[in-house]
This record gives sequence, C-alpha cells and structure tokens, in this order.
Amino acid sequence: MKKYTFTEKKDTRSGFGAGIAELGRTNPNVVALCADLVASLKLDTFIKENPERFIQCGIAEANMIGVSAGLALSGFIPYPTTFANFGSSRVYDQIRQSVAYSGTNVKICVSHAGLTLGEDGATHQILEDIAMMRAMPEMTVINPCDFNQTKAATIAIADYQGPVYLRFGRPVVPIFTDPDQKFEIGKAWTVNEGKDVSIFATGHLVWEAILAGEQLEKEGIDAEIINIHTIKPLDTEAILRSAEKTRCVVTAEEHQLNGGLGDAVCQLLARNTPLPVEMIGVDNSFGESGTPAQLMEKYGLNAKSIVESVKKAIARKQG
Amino acid sequence: MEPKQLDQISGQVRRDIVRMVHSSQSGHPGGSLGCADLIVALYFHVMRINETKNAEGFLEFSRPGQNEDLFFLSNGHISPVFYSVLSRRGYFPTAEMSTFRKINSRLQGHPATHEHLPGVRIASGSLGQGLSVAAGAAFAKRLRKEDRLVYVLMGDGEQQEGQIWEGVQFAAHHQLDNLIAIIDWNGQQIDGPTDKVMHNRDLRLKYEAFGWDTVELKNGNDMLQVLEALEAAKQKTGNKKPVLILMKAEMGFGVDYMMYTHKWHGAAPNDEQLDIALKQLPVTLGDY
Repeated sequence: MKKYTFTEKKDTRSGFGAGIAELGRTNPNVVALCADLVASLKLDTFIKENPERFIQCGIAEANMIGVSAGLALSGFIPYPTTFANFGSSRVYDQIRQSVAYSGTNVKICVSHAGLTLGEDGATHQILEDIAMMRAMPEMTVINPCDFNQTKAATIAIADYQGPVYLRFGRPVVPIFTDPDQKFEIGKAWTVNEGKDVSIFATGHLVWEAILAGEQLEKEGIDAEIINIHTIKPLDTEAILRSAEKTRCVVTAEEHQLNGGLGDAVCQLLARNTPLPVEMIGVDNSFGESGTPAQLMEKYGLNAKSIVESVKKAIARKQG
Repeated sequence: MEPKQLDQISGQVRRDIVRMVHSSQSGHPGGSLGCADLIVALYFHVMRINETKNAEGFLEFSRPGQNEDLFFLSNGHISPVFYSVLSRRGYFPTAEMSTFRKINSRLQGHPATHEHLPGVRIASGSLGQGLSVAAGAAFAKRLRKEDRLVYVLMGDGEQQEGQIWEGVQFAAHHQLDNLIAIIDWNGQQIDGPTDKVMHNRDLRLKYEAFGWDTVELKNGNDMLQVLEALEAAKQKTGNKKPVLILMKAEMGFGVDYMMYTHKWHGAAPNDEQLDIALKQLPVTLGDY
C-alpha cells in the first residue's frame, strides 16, 4: 500500500475559495454569484479583489441560475454558488432548461453536500444531487476529495466549455493530494494499485478508502483504490481495467445508493463485465442532525464499512 | 421603417403563424397573433442588431450579441411569432417555417438553442426563467460597458411564477437600467381568464413597488402605439431602474374567431378554419 500522510486538514470548500480567488486574478471572464452564503462558500478573497465581478443574488437561487445563463451566453464564465441542496434540487428545472439544454457555460459550485454538513440536519443534507445531475444530459458532475483537488478542479472547469456541477463539503478533512496537481475532467486517479479488490471512491470517502486500504493490507488484502472525482463523464476505461484485474468491486460515496457513483459503476459493469459489487452509501433514507463523524459512523460511510464491504465482495468472487 | 410597412410585415407574420400551427396541427396561435406587432416593431424598427450578412445572404448571428440590442422570449410557447419574425428579418430561410414542430427540425415546439437556430439565444418554455436570463445578459452588457439594451417578453399568466418576482427584485436591486421587460397583458391563460385562474392584481403597482419604472401600452395591436411605448420605455432607460411595458394586447388578434377567448391559446385550426383565417390576413410579403 502506497503511504499517504497529511500534515494539515482543511475543508474542501476552502479549496474552492482558493481556486476561485486564483481565477479572479487570471481569468477576467470569471464572475462569481452567491445566494446569501458568501462566508460559507469562502468567497471573501474573490469579492475583495474583484468587487465588480461578484453578484449578490440574495436568497433567490432560481433567479441566480437564470442570471448565470444570461451571463454565460454573453461570454462570461459564471460560477453560481450556494449549498448543494439549493444548487441542485431546488433549481433543477432552471438548470435543465436555461443551462444544460441551452448549453450555457455555467459552473454550478456547491458546498455542504452530503451528511457531513452535520448539525443542520436532513433539510440541508442533500444526498440525491449526484443522481439528479448525472441524469441530466450534457452535465458534467465532479466531486473532489480534498482541499488541493477541489482547488485544482475549480480552476480546471473554467477552461472547459459546458455546464458543470462541482460538489464539495463543509468539514475539515486531510489534505493528501498534490498541491500542484493537474486536474483532468473525466480522468480517474489511481490512489493505490492492488490486485484483490477495486475500491472506487469519491469525495470525502477517498480518504476513508485509504484508511481502509491500510487496514486491509494488515490482513493480507491488496486493495486497488481509485478516486473517481468525475462521476460524469465516468472514466469507463479506468474502471473496467481495474475491475477486470481484481474481479470484485466496492464503491463508496457520501450520497444515496440510488443513482450515485455506485449505480454508475454497476451500470457500466453489467453492460461489460458483470462482477460482484458492494456499495457504500446512504440506503434510501434522509440524514439527521449530529457531528459529521457521528453521522458517517451511523450511516456506515467510513473506513470500517469499506473494510467489511471489501471482505463481502471478495467472498463473492467466482473461483 | 414606416408604421405602414411594419403593419404589412406583421400581417404576413400572422399568416405564417396560422399556417405553421395548422401544418403541424399543434402550437400556440393565440398569444403569437397578439404579440406580432410588438416583435415586428422590435426587430424591424427599434433594436440595433448586426446587419452583416453571411455568404448565403442571411444575417450573421452571434449568440453573445455584443454591441447589439438583445431580445429574449420568456413565454416560449409563442414560438410561431418568434420564428416568423426571425425568418422574415433574415436569420434563416422562410421555407424552414414548414418544418415547425416536425421531426428533425430546428424549429422546436418551444425555442431551443440545441439545434442552433440562428436568432435564438436561450431555450424557453418552462415559464418564469426568461427575465432572469435577460437580467444576466443586461448585467453582462453593463460589465462590458456596452451602450445597448436587453428586451424580454413575458406572459401575464407567467407572472404567477415565483421566479419572476426573484428576477424583478434582482433587476431593481442591481439597477439594471438597460433592461426593458414587456408583459403581454392579454388576460387569458390555458385554464381561462387570468383574473379567474390566479388574479395578478395590479401589475403596474407591483412592479413599481419593486422599484421599476413602468409604461402602459393601451393597445399592443396598434403599431403607432407600440412604437410610442417602445420609445417611451427607451427614454426611461439609463435612470438606475429597469423598465416595464405593460402591454394590453388581444390574444388571437387578426383572426376574428380566435379573439376574446382563451380557447385558441394552444389549439390548431383545421383546414376550414385555416381558410377563414387566411381570408382575413392578406398576403403582403409572399407565403413561405
């Protein structure tokens, strides 16, 4: 198992804040919009340095998406920002018609995705957004795993022509990816090469997969861990190559089992190489209040669950 | 262009509308006929658009429309009038109108950019979104310091959508004084008179309370009045407020049996009804 260490923990949303601050200095077409959550989205630096390119929209997300579409068709690169719940389910039709169907170059960047939003509870803990955005034609869906990757993704999507849904989170998590990484949309990152099982993880679950891999190594299991930061378009080549080598799969995401990364991987495998798959995610339920760690434990989204699922998947292997 | 010439164009546009809707046996003739004069006035007289032509003789269309006035159709179901005006103005061949709402057409049931029809900048049809998009485009023009205007047409039934009021407060808050919105105040929607379905109350007072300037257009089917109202609205731009034109227009105007009722909001005439309609709408520019 390749050794991963970290010296610092930060929230992925701060990675977004750092990324858009850099874009503010390098790309005059980038415009940031926010629906009354400037501090939560870490937009302070961008706003301070580019006050004329920040548009406060108030608590009116539907309008924010439409305004973004109007800016984009005029040649700007708008980054509308809010919590993931309000940037997906609340504005699905606006994104569908004015962004995706209209092909406007809008970068929807949303924080506080998933259970790790914590104490605010289920009203704010969106666990269906990946499913919704995956189902939408022409949408790119990205869910990076740490501060550095979120920063890199934020910067990279400005150079991509087309609508993007970039999802990140609230809690501080280990920083373990390269600060100078080149973020390639749709290109999975092999965290660790292994031969016994493929763990496909996204977002906050990538670090948990690394912890699981370390535990599994002690038990003599050699896990391949792949970071699927782009859920759509899916890196089908990397997934099939790995699964065909290890012959069993575990998926891990902070999202519903229905419609998320696990479903995407299952669909791919069923059509190409049917293999046993175990899925980590929230199983058809809403979240609740609690600390992020308590919630991840209660809903089985951590290294311990990944280890158990790996053992189940290996036991289901043929021959 | 002289008002008389504009009237001739809107007459032909009305023929195009009923012929398109008849041909596909679907679509929305009522609101299309009611808004023909306004949209003809905008495209043939008021708006400053790029007059450059491409090799095929059609107008060059650029989606950003820099240094052009822009028009957005928020109530996308009146696509027939939009398509006819765009085509008659020279954005694409008039013959293409025969493909309206048919398979493999660029003239989708509701306006779309997906098939790259020149002249269309955003998809519309799901109501309530066009004002926000137009506000975004107006903001973009301000960021670029362009001295150009953005127009958006909405329905009066559409004022029932919550997003409209998000857009109304946004445009006023950000002082988008290069934005002119027009409401097609025909008092009808699919389920009946607007006052019965969901009363809009006093739209002028509501917009003014939100911080807009307003202009009343008493007869949106009288070209002289349409031109006057558009001029009055333009005079009010640049004054730190967005401008609304509240346009009283008659759904189905120009075809007697389609007027004074909501029944032709989204219904197509049969062969006999088409003949009756066309007798009331003389050919002026030649049918497609």
